[in-house]
Order: sequence, then structure tokens, then C-alpha cells
Amino acid sequence: MAQRTIEIIVGLFMVAGLAALLVLALQVSGLSPKAAESTYTLYANFNDTGGLTPRGKVSMAGVTVGTIESISLDKETFQARVEMSIHSEVDNIPADSSAVIRTSGLLGEQYIDISIGGDMESLQAGDTFYSTQSAMNLERLISNFASGK
Amino acid sequence: MLDRIASMGRLGLDVVASLGRSGRFLAGVLSGVPRPVTGFPLLIKQIYTVGVLSLAIVVVSGLFIGMVLGLQGYTILSDYGSEAAIGQMIALTLVRELGPVVTALLFAGRAGSALTAEIGLMKATEQLSSMEMMGVDPLRRVIAPRLWAGFIAMPILAVIFSVVGIWGGMLVGVEWLGVFEGSFWGNMQSSVDFLDDVMNGFIKSVVFGFVCAWIAVFQGYDCVPTSAGISSATTKTVVYSSLAVLGLDFVLTAVMFGDF
Repeated sequence: MAQRTIEIIVGLFMVAGLAALLVLALQVSGLSPKAAESTYTLYANFNDTGGLTPRGKVSMAGVTVGTIESISLDKETFQARVEMSIHSEVDNIPADSSAVIRTSGLLGEQYIDISIGGDMESLQAGDTFYSTQSAMNLERLISNFASGK
Repeated sequence: MLDRIASMGRLGLDVVASLGRSGRFLAGVLSGVPRPVTGFPLLIKQIYTVGVLSLAIVVVSGLFIGMVLGLQGYTILSDYGSEAAIGQMIALTLVRELGPVVTALLFAGRAGSALTAEIGLMKATEQLSSMEMMGVDPLRRVIAPRLWAGFIAMPILAVIFSVVGIWGGMLVGVEWLGVFEGSFWGNMQSSVDFLDDVMNGFIKSVVFGFVCAWIAVFQGYDCVPTSAGISSATTKTVVYSSLAVLGLDFVLTAVMFGDF
């Protein structure tokens, strides 16, 4: 086969490899080509974060409005402090909203759901949620039920 | 009795000597700087033989492995009512493990054995030594393009394998078994991370490509120049490559994903 034909086929092979890598990046790992959306940071303190993990989603009425950045322990109150970055376009979360840890499905991953309050004021960047609701612990629930409390 | 012990010692010495020879051989190949003008067409030709011609077996195996993963995963996951997680299972399995490993095993069987046989026959028919007589360095002219071709082609093949496998899994999961397409992709995208999963799998395939190509060209270059020698070198290529790939995969997985 002519050298030129081989070169073209090898070129196509390389392009196919790059295209496959692109598919893995965009379609499979959901990397979005646009620049990171501008976000602002909110905090929430929980007694128990359960299986919450960084990179988990923060949603409002089921719509994803942000991600969990980090989870750390507050050494003074022994509560977990969760840092969330919320999309900048959602800038009118009422100040008395509460952050609730929910589970998607019975055994799915856990995420933070923001229940809307009724305050006219809205949360600003760096604010902390006043009221929170910790993760539902299935084992505790069952033991409470079994001991009749 | 003493003879047995002596033969064991000889075996050990042989292994160590061959490891040393392969290391010196690799250093020789890599230190021969490829000449851009004359070396490039040779490299392209080898990428064609090693990479493009292996595409068929890689694509077909990828498709079937993805389909089997879809079918088997559905059977298990539907017991727990979480068949929507099938996309995440298929993608993580393929991208992290099966993509690099199975491609490397296929690559060793399809391309590695051919490299060994080709170089071994060149040695047996004294083409390599006549090249040296003409002042052409066979390491640079024959070995280096083949090593680099394996090194370049293997990651590309592994990535294509993963993509075809995921497509095959989607074919079975979504089109045939009726998993909702949105949750198939959504679950996958929320659990697969580009750097942690895709790039680590890619690094694995780069390592495997290097090891497979190295073993193949070394076995060919080092073989006993008879027909029996070539056949045993070809066998060794496939056996050693497969063992090296599986062993290295465990080590790499432990290093990359072992921290949880």
C-alpha cells in the first residue's frame, strides 16, 4: 500500500482516538466545555451528614442549583460544616430557608435540598443556613421503632 | 541432588541476566534519538500494523464486553430495583479496569506476538546483523519504531474500546431492556470523574502499552535464532505480557483507587 494511504489511515486512527477521548470527557464524565459557572458560597451546619460527599448536588424543588464543595468538622460545636457553592443566578434564597439532607431513592446517594422559607431578605454570599435537618439514619429509625419510642 | 540445585541456580541467573539484557536493550532503543525525517515514515507504518490493524478485534470485543456487562449488570441490579445505576456500573468498570486491561491482553495477542515473530525471523535470517554490517543501527531502524508504535497505539485502542463498550452497554440497557436513557447517562455523568477515572484509566493504558511493546520487541530481539526459538519467544511474549499487565493492573489500581 502506498505510503500516503497509510499515513491517511493512521491519521484517521489518531483522530478516532481523540474523538473517543472527547466522548469519554463530555458524554461519559459529563465534563462541560463551557467555563465554570460563577457561584457564591453558603454554609450549613449539620449534626449528622450521614453519607454526604463532596461534589454531591444541592437542589431546590428537585432542580440542581449548586454543588457541595467540602465537609469539615467544626471543633467548637462538634457539628459538620458543609460548604456549598450555589449558582449565581439563584441569588434570592430567602434567609429563613432550611437545608435538609435527603436521599435519592431508598439507597441512592445523599444530597442537600433547600426548603424555601418566606423571608423577604435573601441569603448573601458567605451566610450560614439558620435551620438545618440532618440525614435520616435508617438504623436509628429502625431501632427507635423497635424500642417503641 | 546437587545437579538440581545447580540447575535452579542457573535458572535464577538466566532470569536476572535476561532482565539486565532487556533493561540495557531498552536504554539502547530509547537513547537512539529518532531522526524526524527518516524515522517518521517507519513509525507511521508501524502504527498502521500495530494499531489500525488491531482495531477490528478491539472494537468487536469492546462491543460484546459492553453488552455482556449491560446484560449481567441489569440482572443483578434489577433485583434491588436500581437498574438505573447500570450506566454508572458499565462506565466505571470499562473506563477504570476492563478498557485498559482487556485491550492490553488483546494487544499482546494480536500485535505483540506478531512483533516478536517478525523481529525473531529477521534475526534468524540474519537481516539484523547484515544491517549492522551496512552501518545501519537495527535498534534505531527496526526496534525503535515498533516500540514507539505500540506505546502510541495502545492508549488510543483502549479509549476506543471503552467508548464502544459503553455504547454496547447502552444498546442492551436502554434499547433492549428499557432502562430510561436520561437516568442511564445522568447516573454515569454524576459518578464518573474525568481526572480520577478517565485519566487514570488512560495512564494505565499508557503503561500497559509500553510494557507490552517492550516485552514483544525484546523477546524478538533476544530469541534463539531458530524456528523453535521464534515459536517459544512468541509464546513467552503473550504469557509475560499478560502476566505483567494483570500484575501491574493490581498495583496501579491500588495506587490510584485504593485510598477509600
